[in-house]
Amino acid sequence: MVKLVKGTIEDIELTRAYNQQLIALAEEDPRIVDVEADVGNCIFGPEFQKVFPDRYVNLGVCEQSLSSVSAGLSAVGLIPFCHAFAAFASRRMCDQNYISVAYAKNNVKIIASAPGISSGENGGTHHACEDIALVRPIPNIVIMDPADSTAMRWAVRKAAETFGVFYIRAERLNGYRVYEEDSEFELGKANVIRNGNDVTLIAEGSLILNNCLKAAEILGKKGISARVVDIFTIKPIDVDTIIRCARETGAIVTAENHSITGGLGSAVAEVLCDNCCVVPMKRIGIPNRFGEVGQPAELMEIMHMTDKDIAEAALTAIAEKRRNEK
Amino acid sequence: MKTDDIRELERIAARCRQNVLRMVRANGSGHLGPAYSCIDIVTALYFHAMNIDPQNPKKEDRDIFILSAGHKGMAQYAVLAEAGFFDKSLLDTFGHFKSPLPGHPDMHKLPGIEASTGSLGHGMNIACGVALGKRQDGLGSRVFVIVGDGELAEGSNWEAAAIAAHYRLDNLVLFLDHNGLQISGKTKDVMSFEPIAKHFEGFGWAAREIDGNNMAEIVAAIDSVPFEKGKPSLIVANTIKGKGFSRAENQVGYHYWNPSAEEMALAEKELEDLLMGMRT
Ligand SMILES: Cc1ncc(C[n+]2csc(CCOP(=O)(O)OP(=O)(O)O)c2C)c(N)n1
Repeated sequence: MVKLVKGTIEDIELTRAYNQQLIALAEEDPRIVDVEADVGNCIFGPEFQKVFPDRYVNLGVCEQSLSSVSAGLSAVGLIPFCHAFAAFASRRMCDQNYISVAYAKNNVKIIASAPGISSGENGGTHHACEDIALVRPIPNIVIMDPADSTAMRWAVRKAAETFGVFYIRAERLNGYRVYEEDSEFELGKANVIRNGNDVTLIAEGSLILNNCLKAAEILGKKGISARVVDIFTIKPIDVDTIIRCARETGAIVTAENHSITGGLGSAVAEVLCDNCCVVPMKRIGIPNRFGEVGQPAELMEIMHMTDKDIAEAALTAIAEKRRNEK
Repeated sequence: MKTDDIRELERIAARCRQNVLRMVRANGSGHLGPAYSCIDIVTALYFHAMNIDPQNPKKEDRDIFILSAGHKGMAQYAVLAEAGFFDKSLLDTFGHFKSPLPGHPDMHKLPGIEASTGSLGHGMNIACGVALGKRQDGLGSRVFVIVGDGELAEGSNWEAAAIAAHYRLDNLVLFLDHNGLQISGKTKDVMSFEPIAKHFEGFGWAAREIDGNNMAEIVAAIDSVPFEKGKPSLIVANTIKGKGFSRAENQVGYHYWNPSAEEMALAEKELEDLLMGMRT
């Protein structure tokens, strides 16, 4: 069971939590190697290099090679954790991730930093609005977007211990703690962060989970009790929890730091559809458009991803539910 | 818009460096080292070499500049502003919400930008396409492209190297911003492609090596392209990352600069002094 942190505690960057955990795991398991493509301190790679200079491979700016070289390292029994910005880890590495890594059943962990709109001022080229949509169809891949540093540490350990391909998003912005350190997670199991009966808000990633919690507060003031779920693992997705929430609350809003095309919203809709459990549902996320220069808060405003947008979507879904009940 | 006087070009380059500082001040941070490294080349291209008209940025017979290493975008913004492609007040919006000057250039946001870059390893191939296409219309347009030495690790560059030679694109000129540094250290330690000129020559290019922060050498090289008829030209420009701010020169830590007010003042002072000295 997960244990929730009480109150508002600032968290470290999840890229930092990732790096600390990778170093700790590498102490235990000599097969772990860190493979990088010249982004230096963006994910604190040099810290790993300091401790394990022989197990740190910096290939230069060549993400396609990053993926295939990692496949080769896996083929000889190592456990490569390879990292690139999410935009390049998905779009640039797509075919290599698919064929060299996944099709060949290699044991590669892909770490994708600065997902969604979080690279702000860099502008549209650096936003990864569609990375989940690009990797989700890959058979057997595990996709996670840890919501805080505790979840990240658990995800990295699980990835190291489990043979197979993992795609883990790593937020670079500071967020808030969600889980106590002794929380027990489960792969493919979503976590209910807040109880409620009128609607379920399903979130992925730290940025948007925080907005969902604030949206639940807004709804609470209107007398609506909103359940909040951190999906934690986007693939394999937690079918049981989604169906249970749909049955118990009768309305669903998904919220993601990703395009609403092909990401969490699509995945949840597929679950409801395939289980003949369709309830009123709204998707919050990046509309089907390119990224834009600006700070994340400004971008969330124009992309309608704020707490207010989520609350409004919840009200729409609930109204539809009530109409159907009549 | 031709400027033949080397001293005058140097003065313009110094003013362009001031424009870069103005952008960093507006945004609070920016890729200083990468922009300063290549800004002398960009200045020479726009103020000496290229057939362009800031009032008519899309004119048919223009020369075309593509900044493959899009993170150096402040260099291009600074020069375009100095050349009058847009009002300098726009520099104060660099990196801001919905600004036409995002961290990486967007061809649909600002006059004078010919390619949307920032994902490394695209520009050379785009330039090949543009050079092929422009050759058809017979108007004599040339295509200039800047690639970073770290960026060379993207394999797509080597595909473009073959394409340009195979199609004998002698209207294509590649400046390699050879400053020896990338994000995570020295290029020779991270991923070396030395000797770069030899590799390109192997593909069928004609190459020359210059001091890429020396205006006279830049101008002389540009004035003699194509180096060989029927071959694309490579100018290996040996540059200093951060050139123009002494603290930043050759320092890997100034790839992305987040200055204190005090350090910004130092950088501004150095340029003022430089421009002062150039007056006499
Ligand atoms: C495809 C891609 N991968 C990674 C990056 C991140 N990145 C930006 S600049 C840079 C280093 C480029 O080095 P170099 O070409 O030598 O340019 P310089 O640092 O000298 O300006 C990297 C890795 C990117 N923009 N695009």
